Amino acid sequence: MTTTTGMTVGRPLRRAAHRRRRLTFDKASFMVVFLVLPLAVFVVFVAVPYAQSIYYALTNWRGFSDQMDFVGLANFGTIFTDEVFLASLRNSALLGAVMPTVILAIAFAIAFVVTSGGPAVGQVRGLAGSGLYRVVSFFPYAVPAIVTSLIWVQVFDPSRGLLNGLLTAVGLDQFENFAWLGNESTAMPASMFTIAWGLIGFYTVLFVAAIKGVPAETYEAARIDGAGRFRTAVFVALPQVLGNVRVAYIYLGLMVIDSFGYMMVLNPQGGPNYSTLTLTQELYLTAFKNGQFGLATAMGLTLAGVTLLYAAVIFGVFRLVGGRDERGRA
Amino acid sequence: MTTAASTRRPAGAGVPARGPRLTGADVAVASASHGLLAVWTLIIAVPFGWTLMSSFKTSREILASPFALPSQFSLDNYVSAWTKAGIGSYFLNTVLVVASSLILVMLLGSMCAYVLARYKFPGNRLIYNAMLAAMTFPLFLAIVPLFFILQRFALLNTLPGLTLTYVAFALPFTVFFLHAFFEQLPHDVYEAAQVDGAGEWRTFFQIMLPMAKPGLASVAILNFIGLWNQFMLPIVFNTKRENWVLTQGMTAFAKATGRAVDYGAMFAAVVMTIIPVLVVYVVFQNRLEGSVSQGTFR
Repeated sequence: MTTTTGMTVGRPLRRAAHRRRRLTFDKASFMVVFLVLPLAVFVVFVAVPYAQSIYYALTNWRGFSDQMDFVGLANFGTIFTDEVFLASLRNSALLGAVMPTVILAIAFAIAFVVTSGGPAVGQVRGLAGSGLYRVVSFFPYAVPAIVTSLIWVQVFDPSRGLLNGLLTAVGLDQFENFAWLGNESTAMPASMFTIAWGLIGFYTVLFVAAIKGVPAETYEAARIDGAGRFRTAVFVALPQVLGNVRVAYIYLGLMVIDSFGYMMVLNPQGGPNYSTLTLTQELYLTAFKNGQFGLATAMGLTLAGVTLLYAAVIFGVFRLVGGRDERGRA
Repeated sequence: MTTAASTRRPAGAGVPARGPRLTGADVAVASASHGLLAVWTLIIAVPFGWTLMSSFKTSREILASPFALPSQFSLDNYVSAWTKAGIGSYFLNTVLVVASSLILVMLLGSMCAYVLARYKFPGNRLIYNAMLAAMTFPLFLAIVPLFFILQRFALLNTLPGLTLTYVAFALPFTVFFLHAFFEQLPHDVYEAAQVDGAGEWRTFFQIMLPMAKPGLASVAILNFIGLWNQFMLPIVFNTKRENWVLTQGMTAFAKATGRAVDYGAMFAAVVMTIIPVLVVYVVFQNRLEGSVSQGTFR
């Protein structure tokens, strides 16, 4: 966002002026095709829908009838008094509040051990055999969310699932036929576990690359001054990769507030007593099962609001703790 | 968005106080770390292994015990998943849609990114920022209007329609990523091409595009994984069963309940969905890990 100057660096002014004077067919056709084609796709299928959604949210449209009255903010009144919608809003907010920190803390810990957890003598290096951990850890990210969830639905299955099989095998008989995804108290934690399982690997790889980018002398200096591994990780490595942590927080936040793919398989109807229903699921059901398109777009705007609020909080927090990397991305 | 991360340097990291170095601590820390990482690796690997094992068991065996090994090695589940459960046709649909949208989005994305990165014209920043904004808005906000736009163009529930939506929503990320890449290419090369009489078209396709190959490869891999795993767009815009993609076929298993479900075929379908991404991952592992960092550290 801040590299405006990079665009024309190094181009002699004389030449630029020269080119502007003579607009050849080659150049004109080039600009038109290269710019207009991608932009047409972008405008029709991305920009216009986003813009239209603001208007749709203010109507009572049900899609297939011609009736489309302007109802002002009535849709928002409806959804904010609807217990089911409020439950979904709470669940999505909970996911956004808890998951990024949990996932990033675990990913950072793994990354730090893998890159710099080796012996405290000699060159700073990772644990022996850490390549295997890195490869295995990243793999769930390449698997579709749907499939991740499908695998865990089987693992969590009350009677033929792997988890209860293991638990009863070690003598915990109370877990025989225990429905992890069917109990109000365990459905959300089990879902969160599944999401974390699917996402931690990606951020581990991200942090591994970030920590490797920090000059080794920095760690060596800390070590000579007698800092232990934990202190090195928290006070030396973490501040160096703070910019990356913030980017990760934003990406990850958007992803977990969504969580649609995971939740649609783990509990398609939103779980016991709507305990795992997300805002995205509620939006999808409202629009494409009930045909209440006006209401659904109002939910979409609420979702956008939640997302923006999340981003604002992250930027605020990082401004307080960080200070550096002011040139960071949006 | 910002320039290379290498310019980011710590403002004198506060160094903690001195302390005695523990003898034998290395061993203790190393074994503790290895222990925890091993547990984590098991938590990742065991479900995959269990899925693979179950894919060779009959549904009856699966219902009887989660641990028992398959009584005989047979590919029956794979055959019935591929044919009866329709995974075969979903697989072909997915390959078709992902391949064509990948080619299109790489072409359109690199064209757009190139022009935005290397030419100065009014509205340049506006376009770039609009793409950036589109990347951060939730996709869910757009789906209702988009549904009716597709309907108006008679693209709803068609594979070309799905391809176009894939292209449209992968475009901002592709442009954003490649923009930074094209920006860094040396300008002298462009000048040289001009002097030698190459037109704009030729300069792009014969000189600039080949130079951007590493960047293109990184985005292509990330886009491939993203599109192969896409679920929300097809479930909304592609509801006709013969047009389904793999992820939709998988949810059909998730929705089905009771003893009627062919569990063996389900596990086999899971394995077949994972294999293409596994192959891409193993082949491109190094490049992929590179692209993860490139894509996020700019």
